[in-house]
Amino acid sequence: MQTTEHVVEGARHLRGRYAVVGVGETSYTRGSGMTTRALACWAIRNAIRDAGLAPRDIDGMLAYQLGDSIGSIFVAGDLGIRPSFFMDVFGGGSSTEALVGLAMGAIEAGMCSTVVIYRAMNGYSQARVGGTGRAETAISGEELHDRPYGWRTPGQLFAPSFMRHMYEYGTRAEQVAMVRVAHSRHASNNPKALHRKRVTVQDVLASRMICTPLHLLDCCIETDNATAIVVTSIERARDLRHPPAVILGVVGKTCKPRPDMHYQHGPITTVAAKWAAPRLWTGAGLGPEDVDVTGSYDAFTFTTMLQLEDYGFCAKGEGGAYVSSGTIELGGRRPNNTSGGHLCEGYTHGVSMVVENVRQLRRDADDSCPIGVDGRRAHTYDYGEGGCRQVRNVNVTANLGWGTPGYGSALVMARSA
Amino acid sequence: MATTGEYLGMTLAIADLDGDNAAYFRFCAQGELRLQRCKACQLMRYPPGAACPWCAGNAFEWVPVSGRGTVYSYTEVRHAVQPAFRAHVPYLALLVELDEQRGRPSEHEAIRMIGNLATADAALAPPELVRAAGIGSRVRIVFARAGPDIAIPLWTLEAAQPPGASPWRYPE
Repeated sequence: MQTTEHVVEGARHLRGRYAVVGVGETSYTRGSGMTTRALACWAIRNAIRDAGLAPRDIDGMLAYQLGDSIGSIFVAGDLGIRPSFFMDVFGGGSSTEALVGLAMGAIEAGMCSTVVIYRAMNGYSQARVGGTGRAETAISGEELHDRPYGWRTPGQLFAPSFMRHMYEYGTRAEQVAMVRVAHSRHASNNPKALHRKRVTVQDVLASRMICTPLHLLDCCIETDNATAIVVTSIERARDLRHPPAVILGVVGKTCKPRPDMHYQHGPITTVAAKWAAPRLWTGAGLGPEDVDVTGSYDAFTFTTMLQLEDYGFCAKGEGGAYVSSGTIELGGRRPNNTSGGHLCEGYTHGVSMVVENVRQLRRDADDSCPIGVDGRRAHTYDYGEGGCRQVRNVNVTANLGWGTPGYGSALVMARSA
Repeated sequence: MATTGEYLGMTLAIADLDGDNAAYFRFCAQGELRLQRCKACQLMRYPPGAACPWCAGNAFEWVPVSGRGTVYSYTEVRHAVQPAFRAHVPYLALLVELDEQRGRPSEHEAIRMIGNLATADAALAPPELVRAAGIGSRVRIVFARAGPDIAIPLWTLEAAQPPGASPWRYPE
């Protein structure tokens, strides 16, 4: 039962048949002062309005959570949506891109026509990922093999893969720190971002060590927020407010026999992306070299590096050199997380990076550039602090979602012709 | 009647229905590391589970293993999140590759167990021991008693380490 050996081609027949037509979010805060239900309504309203739709036009709802958020059917009621189809999935950072695929499937199956996908979380003020110890429960079941060792938070759980990458490939902390540096520069041009201060490699390395090799600034921030996107068919998309972000390909992949067997199976420095890549690129009909902007899950600096490596943006083992070469920065060949991502903008389990790439494809990143006479931002392409974050001539984006080293999902979108 | 224990102030509770974990930790309480071995394909698995991850076989037996291995990777935790560990930083979570079943069922596979570095009498390692361990260190299993039928497996440095090379540690 070698599940990792499968190489399956993506769904070419669905290429270009669906699109992301609306995006929306709440503010990113530490202390929202409201329920996840209220946050969800706020973000979804914005996404529906952004699409140029009304709540009655939405007939599908997909949400994901870790037992820390409101069910989508309650949110639907609050918004005046009467869904034909809804589903709440248990999942984290690999859910967004996978749910885009599920939305396409639900529409293709005739269960609904226009789907909202959202994530709402009070990730700072209520349920912190990895737990805080505020309410320690008895340890039982699968947790008997991690919590008794003080090995419980995502950083602690992933760290042995990061350390082994340094050991095997000579990857250096100062190289990987450049992910934070790049994202902080991007965030400085994002008025929504919680952390807009630019940092240096020295700042990252001088921040306190949480667990080797993760300094404080190698870790993403905890915030309260909700984010939402709207998916529909390309035919409906053509009539809506913005040029659609056309979906070329989606993929989801696990590469381990069990979620608790990452370290038993395969090279522990290789992540699910390696096995997701063939299906993603064949489905999308292009390759990493064709991508203009990446949105790689940055729960940690290292998760971004490993995914970029295993989706083929650089050779295996050369992720440290790739992320420190300037390529992933605004002005470089292939900027990553132009919003500042989870490291700097705020943490919402992946949706925000899709939101950002949709805006990039519209060539309308919500930076501080002046609004022109046509009501659109006149982008300056000056990437200095407080300036522009729109990438020139964006045609193709890739979103790379990470659940754990062992499972992930991805989405390729293109600017409509 | 769940099997219960206390370890570093943490409460452990193994449900009656969870026979796999109950057996695993009962062997640990007896000072023995045993793993499930599939009767069909003869491969061991870890952590305990309901069926064989390699061939989906149901039938298994608990077989003793040596409890000796090599540190394959690790993390040194300096900021404890769980209250039980705040008094113990820095501590090491080791990923230990057992001597048995290395490179099986394929080249990159092995039984790799997580556990803290400890002293020979199963107390969490003091800072000077923490600084001595890294990738390549040879370790053996020790057990910290948590209750009549539960002990937590931990790892202690072998007296004899590989000659010549010192273990790889995060460069600082």
